[in-house]
Amino acid sequence: MFNVMRAELRKLRRPTLFLGTMGAVVFFSGLFSALLYLLIDSPQGNADRGRVISREVLALASGGVQGFSSVGGFLGIIALCVFAAQTAQEYTYGTLRNLLIRQPSRMKILAGKLISMIIFALAMIVLSAIISIATSVILAPTVDVSTELWFSPEGIEFLYTTFINVVISVIGFGIIGMVLGLLLRSPISAISLGVLWLLIVENLLVAVKNSTQSWLPGSQLSIIATGGNADVSYSHALATGGAYVAVGALVASILFVRRDVAN
Amino acid sequence: MPNTAISVSDLSKKYDDRLAVSHINFEVPLGTVCGFVGPNGSGKTTTMRMLLGLITPTTGQGHILGEPIEYPDKYLSRVGAMIEGPAFYPALSGQENLMVLARLGGFPVERVQTLLEKVGLGERGKSKYKTYSLGMKQRLGIAAALLPDPKLLMLDEPTNGLDPEGIQEVRALLRDLANDGITVFVSSHLLSELEIISDHIVMLRKGEIVFAGPIGELMTKQQPTIIAKSLNYSDLSRIAEIAEKSGHHAAIRNDSVHILAPMDWAPILNKAAFDAGITLAQLAPQLPNLEETFFEMTGDK
Repeated sequence: MFNVMRAELRKLRRPTLFLGTMGAVVFFSGLFSALLYLLIDSPQGNADRGRVISREVLALASGGVQGFSSVGGFLGIIALCVFAAQTAQEYTYGTLRNLLIRQPSRMKILAGKLISMIIFALAMIVLSAIISIATSVILAPTVDVSTELWFSPEGIEFLYTTFINVVISVIGFGIIGMVLGLLLRSPISAISLGVLWLLIVENLLVAVKNSTQSWLPGSQLSIIATGGNADVSYSHALATGGAYVAVGALVASILFVRRDVAN
Repeated sequence: MPNTAISVSDLSKKYDDRLAVSHINFEVPLGTVCGFVGPNGSGKTTTMRMLLGLITPTTGQGHILGEPIEYPDKYLSRVGAMIEGPAFYPALSGQENLMVLARLGGFPVERVQTLLEKVGLGERGKSKYKTYSLGMKQRLGIAAALLPDPKLLMLDEPTNGLDPEGIQEVRALLRDLANDGITVFVSSHLLSELEIISDHIVMLRKGEIVFAGPIGELMTKQQPTIIAKSLNYSDLSRIAEIAEKSGHHAAIRNDSVHILAPMDWAPILNKAAFDAGITLAQLAPQLPNLEETFFEMTGDK
C-alpha cells in the first residue's frame, strides 16, 4: 500500500494539477474571508445565503476561523473534483490495467489512492487555513473588528476544532467524489453529477424545504465544516454524513474489487 | 519448477449470451517466443486479460509460471505485460510514467532510464507522453512491461503503429529477450508478423483454438503448393486437369495454377505437361506461410 501511495503522490504532484488546485484554494480562501469583512455593513449580508455575521460575532474567540470554516464547503467541492478525476481517469486512460498488473490487490490500490489524495487534501486545507486566517488578521482592524480573543487559549482551541471539522468535511466530499469516479468511470460524468447535485439540486431542495438540509449528504458535510448550525446539530450532521460516506464507499469498494477490468 | 510458462485448460469467458473465449486449452513452454494469433475479435485480448487477473474466467483454469490465475499476486511480480496498446498518463513524461509504475511495483527506479534507452526513448524520456508518436507510445509500453525484469512477457499487438524499421527492432528485441531466457507471449492479428520470430503458435478464431503447438509442427501438417505458369493462358485449365487426374486439388488463381501436392510431384507434373505439349514458364514448389495455413485450417477465404 505504501508503494501505491508513493506512485499516486507522483501523479498528484504534477504542476498543472498541484499548482492549479492550490491557486484556486488561495484565491477562494482569500475571497471568502475578505468578503466577511468587506461586506460587513452590506444590507445583502456578508455570509452564505445572505446571513450577516456581525462585528461582535467576528470579535469572539471563534471569529478568526469564521472565514476558514465558511470556505470548508468550497474546499469540499474541490476535493470532490480532484478525487473523482484521479479515480475515474484510470478508466478513461486505460491505466487501471497497468496499476492492477503491478499491484494485483485491488483493496491496496484503493486504500493507497485514498491515503495519497487525503494527503493532497490536507495540503489544500492547511494552505486554506493560513490564507483565511491571514486575510482575517489583515482585514479585521480595517473594519474595527477586535482580534484580541482570536489568539487566546479559547481561540486556539477553536482553530484546532475548526481545522478538524474542515478536514472531516473535505475528506467526506473527497470520498463521495471517489465513489462517483468508481461508479461512473468517467471524470466528466463524475464531476458533473457531483457538482450539479451539491451546488444546484441540494441548494434548490433546501430553498424549497429547509428541513431537507437535515438529510441531504452535501448539506451534512458542509455543516460538519462549520461545526453545526441553528437547524442541524454537529453530531447529527456527523452521523448522517458519515453514514452516507460509509455506504457509498462500501458499495464502490465491492464493485471495484469484483468488476472485470475490460477497458 | 514447471516447464510451462502458461498452461490453460477449458478456459472460457462469457459476456451475456456471447462466448468471447470458448473452452480453450494450450500450453506455452518456458523460454520460447509464442505467437498468439487470430483475427480482430477472436478473443486474444480477453484471454490475456484472464491470464493477468483483470477479468474473471467463466469456466476453466490457468497457470502462469506454475501459479493458478486465481492468485495473480503470486506471479505478476515476475510478469511484464502490455495489454490492448500502451496506456499512460498524458500529462506526465515517459520517464515519470515509468517511475509511477516502478514505485507501484516496488522495482528499482534506476531501471527506468536503462529501459528508456533500451527501447530507443533515452533522449525523449523527459517529454510529455501526450507529445509521443504512436510508435514511441508502443516503445514506452514495452519498456513498462520490462520493468519487473520479467520471466514472462505478455504483449498484445506490440507492433501496432510502428514503421517497418520499428517492427524489425521489436522483433529483434523479442528474440533477444527469448535468448536471455524470457518467455515471450505475443499477440498479433498480422499472422505473417509472428511467423518470423515464433517457436510456438497458438491460433485462435472466434474464441476457439485452431492450433496450439510448435510452429514447425504446424507447417509440416500443411501440404506445400506447387505453382505452375504456362506461356499460354489457355493451357492453365489443362494443367489443372492433369493435377486433378493425379488426385491433387488444383485451382487457377490470376495467371497461375495452384496445386496442393508434395514437392517431389513437381518433376512429374513437368514431364506430364511436356508430354501434353504444354511449355511451362514457371514451376515453383512453395511452403504455405502462416496466414495461408490459418485460412486453410479455419476454412476461410
